[in-house]
Amino acid sequence: MSEISLTVNGKRVSGTAEDRTLLVHFLRENLGLTGTHVGCDTSQCGACVIHVDGKAVKSCTMLAVQASGSSVVTIEGLADGADLHPMQAAFKEHHGLQCGFCTPGMIMTATDMVNRHPEGLDEATVRAELEGNICRCTGYHNIVKAILAASETMSSKGKARQAA
Amino acid sequence: MGIEGVGARVARKEDKRFITGAGRYVDDMVVPGMKHAAFVRSPHAHAQIKNIDVTKAQSMPGVIGVLTGKELKADGIGNLICGWMIHSKDGSPMKMGAWSPLAFDRVRYVGDAVVVVVAETKGQARDAAEAVDISYEELKAVVDAPKALERSAPQIHPEADGNLIFDWELGDSAATNAAIKAAAHITRMKIVNNRLVPNAMEPRAALGHYDKAEDHYTCWTTSQNPHLARLVMSAFYNVAPENKLRVIAPDVGGGFGSKIYIYPEEIICLWASKKTGVPVKWVADRTESFLTDAHGRDHVSTVEMAFDKDNRITGLKVDTIANLGAYMSLFSSCVPTYLYATLLSGQYDIPAIHANVRAVYTNTAPVDAYRGAGRPEATYLLERTMETAARELGVSPAELRRKNFITSFPHQTPVIMNYDAGDYAASLDAAMAAADYAGFAQRKADAANRGKLRGIGMSCYIEACGLAPSAAVGSLGAGVGLWESAEVRVNAAGTIEVLTGSHSHGQGHETTFAQLVNQRFGVPIDSVSIVHGDTDKVQMGMGTYGSRSGAVGMSAVVKALDKVEAKAKKIAAHLLEADEGDIVIENGALKVAGTDKQVPWFQMALAAYTAHNLPGGMEPGLKETSFYDPSNFTFPAGCYVCEVEIDPETGVTEVVQFVAADDFGNIINPMIVEGQVHGGVAQGIGQALLEGTRYDASGQLLTASYMDYTMPRADDLPSFKVSTSNTPCPGNPLGIKGCGEAGAIGSPPAVINAITDAIGITDIAMPASPSTVWAAIRATKH
Repeated sequence: MSEISLTVNGKRVSGTAEDRTLLVHFLRENLGLTGTHVGCDTSQCGACVIHVDGKAVKSCTMLAVQASGSSVVTIEGLADGADLHPMQAAFKEHHGLQCGFCTPGMIMTATDMVNRHPEGLDEATVRAELEGNICRCTGYHNIVKAILAASETMSSKGKARQAA
Repeated sequence: MGIEGVGARVARKEDKRFITGAGRYVDDMVVPGMKHAAFVRSPHAHAQIKNIDVTKAQSMPGVIGVLTGKELKADGIGNLICGWMIHSKDGSPMKMGAWSPLAFDRVRYVGDAVVVVVAETKGQARDAAEAVDISYEELKAVVDAPKALERSAPQIHPEADGNLIFDWELGDSAATNAAIKAAAHITRMKIVNNRLVPNAMEPRAALGHYDKAEDHYTCWTTSQNPHLARLVMSAFYNVAPENKLRVIAPDVGGGFGSKIYIYPEEIICLWASKKTGVPVKWVADRTESFLTDAHGRDHVSTVEMAFDKDNRITGLKVDTIANLGAYMSLFSSCVPTYLYATLLSGQYDIPAIHANVRAVYTNTAPVDAYRGAGRPEATYLLERTMETAARELGVSPAELRRKNFITSFPHQTPVIMNYDAGDYAASLDAAMAAADYAGFAQRKADAANRGKLRGIGMSCYIEACGLAPSAAVGSLGAGVGLWESAEVRVNAAGTIEVLTGSHSHGQGHETTFAQLVNQRFGVPIDSVSIVHGDTDKVQMGMGTYGSRSGAVGMSAVVKALDKVEAKAKKIAAHLLEADEGDIVIENGALKVAGTDKQVPWFQMALAAYTAHNLPGGMEPGLKETSFYDPSNFTFPAGCYVCEVEIDPETGVTEVVQFVAADDFGNIINPMIVEGQVHGGVAQGIGQALLEGTRYDASGQLLTASYMDYTMPRADDLPSFKVSTSNTPCPGNPLGIKGCGEAGAIGSPPAVINAITDAIGITDIAMPASPSTVWAAIRATKH
């Protein structure tokens, strides 16, 4: 067993877990943050994507102990209080989700994608960058649409902030 | 149409919890004292169990119980059943082999559950499961359906001689043979419909909780139809009487058919909870899902299509072998029969049809309904044959189809179905225009200049949805009626709850069902809640599959709304001292038509519950129920056009354009309908290009993870061009037909027709992976 302490969604948390415990299981079972999902056993589906120290990570590929000392953001921590993150809002507006199971991972991947492409995104780039996230419901059509729309919103917000 | 009414593009009410990580799926549920189950599964496709030794596992850390099939039988838990009786053409009933939730004498496929371990943690349960020692005597296995019918094949169930479950037929054999004999042209093909794994993103899960004090069970499960699960677990599996069993299907992460059935695991979690005295949760890992979720398709067919000298179809003869896997899943028998052969007329006027279907046991995972269920198999067979016929006859594929379209309705086919409405030429024209069909030759030439092979293919599909008139399906062997129920509760302050037996696992019912209420009463959808998925809350229901939630589930809501409206108008008329016939409902108020007299909706509701001033003899309250049984199936139809470009050097196929033109009748929310088409088309393209389920000859599943089974990813697909036309369905009060399965039904033949067109060949196996396509191109050069 190991002691683990890290920052999750801005709060310091700590707990004990078996050495073999994956980060996703630590988040779900020890911290009760069940928004991060497990959809496969092989790090293919991306339902468990979170941000670790500002980068998108499949939380099934990390042991919980490896995250000790890190700063983690999960889907539960993305919105700013009652205000949805622009990516969350875009998924709703463009019907980028159906059953909702892949959605948290999609949104976390997508926000990271936008952050890594300050120059903006096009459809081909979005589709290529979604390689690690599987959705069985939407055929990706509206997910791609939502990400492109959020990318616009996020960059215009960024520009507005810079101008101010 | 108001901004939240029928036909409006309303954003989904349910989205907020999903986009903020607040969805509640079965694996998110925690019950005090809850422990974890792991299954020991057969590593062999076919074997006799010689001995099961659990002593070591029982002594492992954290282990609470290790339970076997013998104990399950001793407690009187029943075998799993198939709920649709099919009779062979000789009149004998189908041969159903025994399926024990835990195998105790023989295992019949890799993944067959044998022992369950309950432990403090998931990890401890798995560790102990590995310590269970089972000795097997391996038997010869067979995975291929035609081979299972050979004399040398191993016998899988003693009940089914030669592994034949039934040998069934539909249609007029003599008339069809005569048409073929007299034909000016016959197109003959062998059609293989590949086996698919449904792969809802949420793996199956169950949480069983036995309450000793109340002698009562609660089951949280990933189900598309919790009431059906309760009924079957009570009536057939002897888990508990219905009044002692509550089944809850909370947020469910996709189903596509695979979560209709009652599987061994939910039965075992309930039983194990009683045995061990703790709540027991099981969640499949993805490989368990691949091994044990009911698979889809897996047909091998031969077809003969006869034409007269004017290229009109005169007869269709089909022979199909359907692989049902190692056990008969809940609805497995109706998929290759009444959901398949009844659709073999397609959109065409065919005077004579005969289909013969043999269903076969093999040592593979059970096969049952997967998005479309029988109708994709019928469509693939017909539309591949039509395309081939057009090429053989030297006529345009579009014009051959158009010439044979059914154009007057109602139309009785020779295979049971009575089509009520449609305009097949309208969707063909819309698809061809959207695809710029006329400009294809130029695009092909341009592609050739770039060294690419470009092809175009179409598919005109029809399906039967809105399952289904209870008396009709009863006469065909169904063990249940396929009506739906709804209850509309108007609360004292005017907010509304709609309780429905339909279940949403991605379809957006919380929004679309509320739109019906908004349309009727003008109340905002935020003050309408849709309640579903809990047998303690909703009276009874048959669940969601076969694109039935709109045509059947919403129709039940409409009938209940009719009753609410009638009573509300009576109350308003009494309050306003007006004639009941003069009351109209507009913008959330009940008004006397042509006057300024009105009572707000909430005030009328309050009056219903204070009961201080109601019409004489009226009962207080405002809550109405309806059970709606449809009078016919519904018949969505459409035309899909796919355009591909193939790199002959690598065999990689790119879908460069995909057009879907559908007729779903009236539409409640176009945004949601489009989403359903997108998802269905992606699954159909997946079947055609990517998804191949492979067992080796010994019955090991080689494609049991996302490393091995190719799921469609975003960069495998284009954005889709979708549109709808509308011939309203005359059979239900909303005029809607259903849209959930169309995409998966219509798309595979369009893709394969495009690929064979590009390469200049007659057929190619699905999935047309790069290696398959590359080999096919090479073969044309020798």
